[in-house]
Parts: sequence; C-alpha cells; structure tokens
Amino acid sequence: MIVSFTVNGEERIANVSGPESLLTVLREELGLPGSKNACEQGECGSCAVVLDGAVVTSCLVMAADCEGSEVTTVEGIGSDRELHAVQQALLDHGAVQCGFCTPGFVVTAAHLFEENPHPSSDEIKEALSGNICRCTGYGAIARALEELAEGTA
Amino acid sequence: MEITRPTSLSEALDARAQDPGADLLAGGTDLMVEVNFGLAKPEHVIALRRIDEIGEVEDRRIGAGVTWARLEESDHRALAQLSRTVGSPQIRAAGTIGGNIGTASPAGDGLPWLAAVDAEIEVASQARGTRRLRWDEFFTGVKRNALEPDEVIVAAVLPERVPSNQHFAKIGQRSAMVISTVSAVVVRDDDGSVRVALGSVAPTPIRALAAEQLINENPQPTDEVLAEFARTVSAEVTPITDHRSTESYRRHAAGVLARRLLERCLAS
Amino acid sequence: MTTSPITRKRVRGGVGDSPLRIDGIPKVTGNFAYASDLYADGMLWAATLRSPHARARITKLDTAPAYAVGGVVLVLTQEDVVGRPGFGMHVPDQPVFADGECNYWGEPIAVVVASDLPTAKLGVEAIDVEFEELEPLTDMEEADARDSQTRRMKIRRGDRDVEGAVVVEGYYEVGQQDQAPLGNEAGLAIPDGDGGVDLYAVSQWVHSDHWQIYPCLDIEPEQVRCHPVGMGGAFGAREDVSMHIHLCMAALRTGRPIKMMYDRAESFVGHVHRHPARMWYRHEADNQGRLVKVEARLILDGGAYESSSNAVIANAAYFAVGPYRCDNVFVDAVAAKTNNPPAGAMRGFGGVQTAFAHESQMDKLAAELGLDPLEIRLRNALGRGDALNTSGQLIEGSLPTAELINELDAMPLAEPLDSDDARHLPGGTGLTTDPRHVRRGVGYGVTLKNLAFSEAFDDYSDVRIVLSPIGVEVYTAAAEVGQGMVTIIQQLAREVLQIEQVAVVWADTGVIGSAGSTSASRQTQMTGGATHQCAIELREQILAEFGGDDLSGEGVWKDGELIVTLHEVCESGPREHEIRYRHPETFATDENGQGDAHPAWAVAAHRAVVDVDPELGLVRVVQIDAVHDVGRLLNPVAALGQIEGGTLQGVGLATLEELVLDRGVIKNANFTDYLLPTFLDAPHVEVKWVEEPERWGPLGAKGIGEPPTISAGPAVAAAIRNAIGADLIRVPILPQHIVGA
Repeated sequence: MIVSFTVNGEERIANVSGPESLLTVLREELGLPGSKNACEQGECGSCAVVLDGAVVTSCLVMAADCEGSEVTTVEGIGSDRELHAVQQALLDHGAVQCGFCTPGFVVTAAHLFEENPHPSSDEIKEALSGNICRCTGYGAIARALEELAEGTA
Repeated sequence: MEITRPTSLSEALDARAQDPGADLLAGGTDLMVEVNFGLAKPEHVIALRRIDEIGEVEDRRIGAGVTWARLEESDHRALAQLSRTVGSPQIRAAGTIGGNIGTASPAGDGLPWLAAVDAEIEVASQARGTRRLRWDEFFTGVKRNALEPDEVIVAAVLPERVPSNQHFAKIGQRSAMVISTVSAVVVRDDDGSVRVALGSVAPTPIRALAAEQLINENPQPTDEVLAEFARTVSAEVTPITDHRSTESYRRHAAGVLARRLLERCLAS
Repeated sequence: MTTSPITRKRVRGGVGDSPLRIDGIPKVTGNFAYASDLYADGMLWAATLRSPHARARITKLDTAPAYAVGGVVLVLTQEDVVGRPGFGMHVPDQPVFADGECNYWGEPIAVVVASDLPTAKLGVEAIDVEFEELEPLTDMEEADARDSQTRRMKIRRGDRDVEGAVVVEGYYEVGQQDQAPLGNEAGLAIPDGDGGVDLYAVSQWVHSDHWQIYPCLDIEPEQVRCHPVGMGGAFGAREDVSMHIHLCMAALRTGRPIKMMYDRAESFVGHVHRHPARMWYRHEADNQGRLVKVEARLILDGGAYESSSNAVIANAAYFAVGPYRCDNVFVDAVAAKTNNPPAGAMRGFGGVQTAFAHESQMDKLAAELGLDPLEIRLRNALGRGDALNTSGQLIEGSLPTAELINELDAMPLAEPLDSDDARHLPGGTGLTTDPRHVRRGVGYGVTLKNLAFSEAFDDYSDVRIVLSPIGVEVYTAAAEVGQGMVTIIQQLAREVLQIEQVAVVWADTGVIGSAGSTSASRQTQMTGGATHQCAIELREQILAEFGGDDLSGEGVWKDGELIVTLHEVCESGPREHEIRYRHPETFATDENGQGDAHPAWAVAAHRAVVDVDPELGLVRVVQIDAVHDVGRLLNPVAALGQIEGGTLQGVGLATLEELVLDRGVIKNANFTDYLLPTFLDAPHVEVKWVEEPERWGPLGAKGIGEPPTISAGPAVAAAIRNAIGADLIRVPILPQHIVGA
C-alpha cells in the first residue's frame, strides 16, 4: 500500500507491504539511515523521531499507520553546515563515542529543549532515561546538556 | 497486509465486525515488538489513533486512546505516578491506557490502579453496543481478558468517588524504563478504609482483600498492625519465579511496598 | 631555498589537547555510515537459521523448501564450505555452520540469501530441519570434572606450607555479562568479479578476520580484503568472526553484493559474551595485614567453542591476586567447555572476574584485622621493582599502585543524601523508597590489568605515514570502535610533525599490515606508539636530508629560519614511511605459570558510594571516585569518556546485567530483560589521573580502556556490603540477594 506522509518537511511516499516499522521504512526505503536500529523494542531510544509533535521510538510505529503524519528525524534536526545547539553541545563535550545512540539523543534532547529551554539536571536525565548509551556512561552527555540548559536564554 | 484507519468509533466497530480476527493497533508499543521479533504477522490491522472519541479524559472516563504522557498530568495522584514509570518517555508518548488494558500483562503498570479504584472497562461492538465490565471481570488471566473478537476497548470508567489519598510504587531493577517486578497502589478513603492492589504478583492485577479488611478494622494502625498488614499482603499474593525475579522476593516486596504506601497515605 | 622571515604557526590539536573528533559531526547529524547503513547496487540480503537447542544432532536438513520461496537465490550449509571447515581466534574449532551437531543454542546451521531481508527470513523458516535433542553439558563444574576444557592454567609460586596469622576464605560467582554494543552485527560483502571479495563487516581486528576467513573459502589470502567499517561499539563483541565467512561465501557464490544485519535477539547469540565464573579463594596474611599466601581455584565457563578462552583464563589466573605483593601464590584455573553460548572477549578480559573475588577477599582480611580497607591495600601495594605475585615477573615499567591509593584517599567523599526526589533514591521513579529507608555504603576496588598482548604473542601495529604539501595521511587498519583512536593518531602525528592537517586513512588488509586488535587496552600504546615512532623517523629522515633542525607545516627549519618549504620537501612526490611497531618481547610461562608474560600493566583505584534500601534490596550507585594510571595523559576528554563509560559497564555488571541461561538457552536475549544502566542509573564519576610514564609507547602513555570496568564492579559490591552489613558472594547483586543476605 502507498503511505504518504511528511518527513523533515518534505512530502514523501512509501510503498509499505506489511506491518513493518516506520524505522524500517525510513532506513530502507526513504534513504534516511540516521535513525538507528539497535533493539527494535522501544528499549534504547536510538530510533527516536518526532511523530506528530511527540518523540516516539520509530521501531514501534507501524509505517502503515503513518498516513498523513508529520515526522522529523535526526536528518531534519540540523545539517553538517548548521548544527543544532544540542548537536554542537554533544560534539563540544566529547559526548559522542561510537555515536550509535547519538541520533536518538539528539532528537529527544532537541525536543526537550524546545518544550523546556532550561531543564534541570534531573529533568534532563529523566527525559533521556529512554535513551541508552553504552559508551560514555552519560557523563559527557550530562555535561553538554546541562551547560546548554544554563546557557539558553 | 491490510490496514483500516477509522476516524470514528462506529467505523472502528464496523471494521471489527467485518473482520473479528483483525489486530487492534493503538500506540503500537506492544504489537510492534511482536512484529519486529517475528512473533506476530498481522494480516489486517485496525489502527485506533485517529478516533477522537476514545482519546479524551472526561470527568469519570479515561478514553482508551489516552497516552501515558497525558496521564502523567492526571489529577489522580497514583495514576500520574504510575504513568511516569511506563516504559520510557518515548513509549509514554505513544502507548495508551487502552493498550495496557488490552494486553492485560500481569506487569501492566496501569492495571493495579484500575483495581484499586474499582474501575470498569467499557467495551463496545457493533452487534451488542456498549457494555461495562468490572476490572476483575475483565482481566481473566496472563495476557487474557474478556474482550470479544468484535469488540473495541473504549474507556476506563471510574466510580463516582475516587479518594484523592492514593499512592503508587513499583519495583524494577533499574531506576527508569523497567518492567515491574512488583507494583502496588494503596487508596485510602476519608473514613479510613483502604483498598490495596498489586501487580506482577499474580496472573492478573489483584486486590489484597484480607489486608484491606485488617486496616478497615484498624483505621489508625499501630506499628504492630502495619507489620501484620505487610505479612497479610505477602500471604495473599501468588507470584512466580521467572527471569525477572523470584517468588519469595516478590512475596516479601509486595508486603513491604503495600505497607510503605499505606504509611504514605496515613501521613498525607 | 626560502629564507623569508616566516613565523611558525602554533599547531593546535596536539598531545594534551582534546580536539574535536573528525567523525563527530557526521555522528551528531546521523550521516555517519555504520556497517548496518551500507548499501550496494544489486545487493541481496542474507539471514541465518540457528539451532533451537543447546545440543542436538541434526537428523534432517532439507533446503529445498527454502528455494521454493520466491526471491530466495541461495542456501548455504556446512556442505558448501569448500576450504577449512572451521574458524576461531586461537584454534579453528568452530565449524562455519553446524556440522551434523549443534553445540550451543543459536549456533548457525544455514544461511539463506534472498532479494530482501523479509524474504530471506521466510526462507530460513521454510528450511526443513529436524533434530534429535541431546543432553547438554551446561554446568561449568561438571565440565571441569569431566575434563571438558580448553585450557588449564597452573600458578605455583613460593612455598605452599607457609602459614599466615590470619586466614579468610570465600567462594564467589560472576554472572555472564553481554557487551551489548548498541550497533548490532552487520556487514556487506562485495565480490570483485575476479574470484575475490571485499568485506565490510563489524570488526575489532580486520586482519584476524582475514586470517580466519580465507582458509575457509580456499582462495588466496590477497583475494579477501577486510575493510575497517563504522561500528556502534564493540567492547569485545567484535573480536570474533560472526557473519563474516557467511557473507563472503554468499558473495562469491552469487556474484552479487550480500548484506547481513542481525537484530538484537540474534546479536545476543551472534557474538561471544563475558565468561561467567566460579571462584574459591583462601588468603593468608600476617597480623599487619601483609599477604603471606593466596590460593585460588577458578572456573570460567567458555561455552561451546574456544574463541579467546585460552587468553581469558590466563588473565584470570595472572591477575587472581590483584595489585598486591605476595610471594606464595597457588592458582588452578580452567576454562570449561560446555554447551552454553561461547564466551570470549569482553572489556576486562578475565580480570573482571578475579577482581571481584580478590577485592572481596581483601575486604574480608581488613575486617578480620580491624584495618581500614584502603590501609590494607596500601600495605600490600605492588609497584615498580616488585615481582608480579603470580608469574614472578619483575615489574620494570610503571605501576604506581600506592600513589593511586593515596590519591583516592585524598578525594573528598560524596555529600550525604540530601534529597527526597525519587531520582536521587534507590528505586528511582518507581517511588519505592523514602530517605528514611536508605543506608549509605562505601567500598573500594583496586585492580590490575595487563596492557596489550601477552605470552609470547607477536604483537605489532603497522602504520604508514604519507606527507604531502596538503598535509599528513596516517594509514592504519586499527579499528575505531568509538573510543577515539582516530583523534589520538591525529594528535600524535601533529605533535611530532608539527603539521595540523592530519587525515587518518582506514586501510584494508590489502593495503597495510595488521594493527592488532582494538582490545586489551592496547591501541593507544600500539597504534599510537606506531604513529608516534613512524612520525619521528620520517621527521628525522627529512631533517637529515635537508640539514634542518626542525620540521613544521611550513617546511624545514634551521636555527629559527625556514630553509625549505614543505612543497620543496615533496618536490619529487609525497614522502612515505612505514613501520612495524612492537612492544617489549613477552614469553610463554613455564608449567608453573612463571615467566615474563606481560609487556605492561595499569592499575586503577575506585571508591564507590551507594545508597541502599535494604528492606527492598534496591541500590542507587551515587558516585564513583576513580583514580587512573594513564602513564601520560594524551587527550583528557577522551580519557575521561573511556573512564566514565568503562565504569558504568562495571556498575552494570555489579547491579543489573546478566544473561539468564536455562539449560543453555538465553532467557533474556532482548533489551527489555537484559538491563543496561539508564541515565538515571549512572553515578556521578570523579576522576583523577596519576601520570607515571610507561617504559614504552607514545610519550609513556598507557591504555585506559579496560581498567575502569574492572575496578568499578568490586567497589560497588563492597559498598553494598558496607551499607547492609552482610556478605554478598555474587554479581550482579540483585534485590533478592540483598534481601536474603
């Protein structure tokens, strides 16, 4: 079946044959591999996208149910030339190691800062408690986002 | 695969009547795990998230399509508390209370609260219209419930009075994003009577009726009565040992948790 | 010749700096290509049929029904292996596909190649396979009793009849941890049209893959080229071959590019895990707390195939006593062979298991003697000039154990609990615990790890540096798994050559020799050392040729004057230099485990502060104070990241992470039930460095990857014991253990 929806501001059409996830369609059909497939059960946050205004794990969204939806992926958050403040902060603080979790952190944190420009340290950690990072121990991610929270006017 | 995306309850019921074998999809947080692991291969899916009628919280009705993210803001304190522990923030943005009710997992985070407040589950079908089942009529076993193949869960309906003095707690090995090992809700009414419900300690959510009775007879419990209360709760639950915990830990923790929640109610 | 007064630019991003990672921008924007993102025109997908039994005989294997699935083009089984039937890191004991018998749950039986992944999976389901189930051997002690093992190690040092005034005994267990890198196994194999194949698959060591792959394919070594590829973490899980031979076979047979990508459930059986362990210890000390004798018996479960068990069990044995002086040491260690999923490399590599045991023993001794836990460690602290307690090797390099302990002691203790916010309490957002239910505990872990490969292994790293007017290129096959090797290479090349523009070229096995594995905490020293040495030699060549005394991005200098520009230096083409870098030679030990087995060691000292809710058995790890032995700090941000990340993996093992096996079957092969620490589970980590340069390696730097994982677990376990006042003999420490203690 044909599913039409908006991805990163562009009208996109996907040919969906079964119950596959939005994540699969983004990665395998729409050429947007930035969202990562790490657990495919909503337990790591690596595939986080904004779907109709809320951050969800795209592995648990049925692509066929996205008709008419609006999706923002990590590719829609910032570009190599113009990084989002969250991306810049993560980069500056050495919060990226293997980087596999990073797109999910970027999407989730960017949404958090949009809703709450000055989250407390505890709020940052809780908002990102669905995003697993196996490399950093979260320390550098915390420092990056705490500094951003203090600095955002 | 076929998908039907009704925008009204009656359309959903039509679709369900025509194909009672179809899978219902709300937030997707249960069904899609099965799909991704090759355990479910739905041929026809009825997607419910466009139905406004089931997506609202009114006075005594919580629509089945209401997400946990919204329920984190609920005025019912324990409901807000438990909503904060469902999965991750991303799961809470998608997952719904109706999905939790439909999946009927023994570890379903929302279910002990429904038990503690004596909620009813409202379901509807095209053929027979609307019916309401008490929570203990609805939940029939591990991932089993009384929903008929042509029915859709519409709402959780609360009794006229829900005491505001209520507390929830949940044990998991992690500080966040964890399936419950034991969860509990204690509700205390102004007359001192209590209701005690527990999750993950039996095939369905259960009420600890003997423990409730003990407190109803001793509405200002002494430390001895509180200890007896915890022991009674532990004796009433029927947990199992699995890869998440042991029977004896769950039994012990159920009593401790219930006692602590009762103490919080007494202090409120 | 140029003689104009050009000023020398200061080079940024040298040693001691923390320059931004060059892969950082693509990683934050989602544009970085991981193995799972690779794509080639005309590519096919493959999926694996795996054993549903821990041990079984395959009584029927009919692939015809798979071929009947539309879109399936090839099914591979062991019959299709034309070369050597098996592979393995150390010995080729694992068949490419199950060879008539399955020896562990999840062992590959067949691979189906199809037009797309869902079709390949349908093909897998269609294969007609029948089994005769056999009784699996899943208990490591039973395996030991039956002499089912891959290596026995014996340490016999000193006098067994010596007795101490104080004796403590203990039995300890370590559960099976999974590396759980976030990126699952993935790879792409592209046939070259000439009988060869290019492989882009996750790997910590492409040359080791190469050495294992080509004999199975029965083609010339140069016909397989293994390429370094982007990967979502490793931690030991990428050291062994997984899908590599399958991919190459499929590409060669079909003449088409082949892609494979395991999902999380498959990943849990697609790579080796940490060895679970059972350990019996007896420590004897004099009445001052000085160790007199240590005896230990160790069993580590290596699972069905050898992988790197031979080296893991050696590490467990050599580091069975920790960084403490002791002249009488007797260890019997065995890597059992069972029908459990194979165990192999994971961060800490044998040292994690015995560290938990020896640190528990040190605490027991301290308690017995009424000594402070740090004091007893200080009294026994091993250092330069001592003999390693197990092998007797003289410690010639750096080992500042005492300094670390003193530094740790001087660090301020975490503030007392002063919050009723659930996020600061055991149980977290589950709201289980009020501050009044909490007891605080403090514990220590002081541990030792060898750096780089030991026991006579010819350990080297090849690096080629190419200098041209546009900058420096460093060719290496070292795997960048996220740790930041790429930046360290740049920093070292910049430091020596004083040229800012340094590109790292990830070269395949056809272009450059081995860099060795990205494991054993070795790449900073080995490939970093190779880069540093290669750059020094290239610089010296150029200076000698032009009679200069300094080199920079501008050119060659003499007495502060630029005498030749870089353009002129490279007039006849880019300057190239290649070296093979080796650490000091090591040797196999004798039958008593005695000898010079190790090139270097690093010590770590951690203090854990935990809050425990004893009644419910819930733990919050509040803070880890960590002092690390880094030799020379090359990149503070990267080193901090390694320590914080490694520490959390140790915390995970101590409190959460365990593969639950039931008769060889993993019951929690998913992220719902294999629990990794979340942001709210991560302690605050305070880090201090001790810089005592190593006798080899770049500027005395030491590896830092593994030590934090080894120290953190014992410190957390000790802190929990301290909080509840009871013994705990097993990690992970679960709520039911604390309640029952």
